[in-house]
Amino acid sequence: MNQNYSTVARRSSSALATNKVLRNTYMLLSLTLLFSGLTAAISMFMNMPPMTYLISVIGGMVIAMFVLPRFANSTAGIGIVFLITGMLGFGLGPILSMYASLPNGSNIITLSLGGTGVIFMGLSAYALTTRKDFSFLGGFLMVGFLLVLLAAVANIFLAIPAMSLMISAVVIMIMSGFILYDTSRIIHGGETNYVLATIGLYMTIFNIFISLLQILGIMGNDD
Amino acid sequence: MDWMEIVSAFALVMLIVILFPATRDMMRNSPKGTSSDWLSFVIPLIVIVVFIMFLIKLV
Repeated sequence: MNQNYSTVARRSSSALATNKVLRNTYMLLSLTLLFSGLTAAISMFMNMPPMTYLISVIGGMVIAMFVLPRFANSTAGIGIVFLITGMLGFGLGPILSMYASLPNGSNIITLSLGGTGVIFMGLSAYALTTRKDFSFLGGFLMVGFLLVLLAAVANIFLAIPAMSLMISAVVIMIMSGFILYDTSRIIHGGETNYVLATIGLYMTIFNIFISLLQILGIMGNDD
Repeated sequence: MDWMEIVSAFALVMLIVILFPATRDMMRNSPKGTSSDWLSFVIPLIVIVVFIMFLIKLV
């Protein structure tokens, strides 16, 4: 009898811990998305040059890969997450300005933003309601991501528009997989650090938004 | 070819080099999914493809 009580107590405390990680992740994620929107608006207002995007993305990635893991368990980690997401948002400014200058630019930006939101919320709801374990996707998604990066390097030299469209479409598929994978890891206790969980989900949202912007920009351009 | 393209290519190659060991480990240690597991991944992807096609129609 006592053993049953302790098993139930352990399960419920584990579920509470998971819910806390999930709640903190979504809370921090929404705050960082708002902050990114603010820095993107500032960057647009300041009329930053296109190289801002490149510098911000490289800077953000370097901090996310080498600095954040060292501070992920301290309160400084939250500040670093805001620094990374603020930088990435600031880098988005020139891209958004470029799309906004197109004839149907505001429509493209609004649809990309809405589309990203629908994809993220839909996949999160799917992972949360089915509670399926998507850990089997890890290796597949990472290999897919590396192949996409290789294709992106090749396309810098080849500059084929159809290939760039294809890369964007595959990036959306892979990032969608990462949403399922990351959310499932939080649910099943594989990720207990909400700072790292937030930056992972933020990166997927950022990549889906950029790719969707590119697809709708190319397909919506009549020329 | 301008300097931004060269820097982009270099950054992407560096990212591939950094991610390669983690990818190899994940390939070796990831559990194998059953066909029903893969189906539960493929179905939402098909829905997303249809949704993106719908967004393209709206532009």
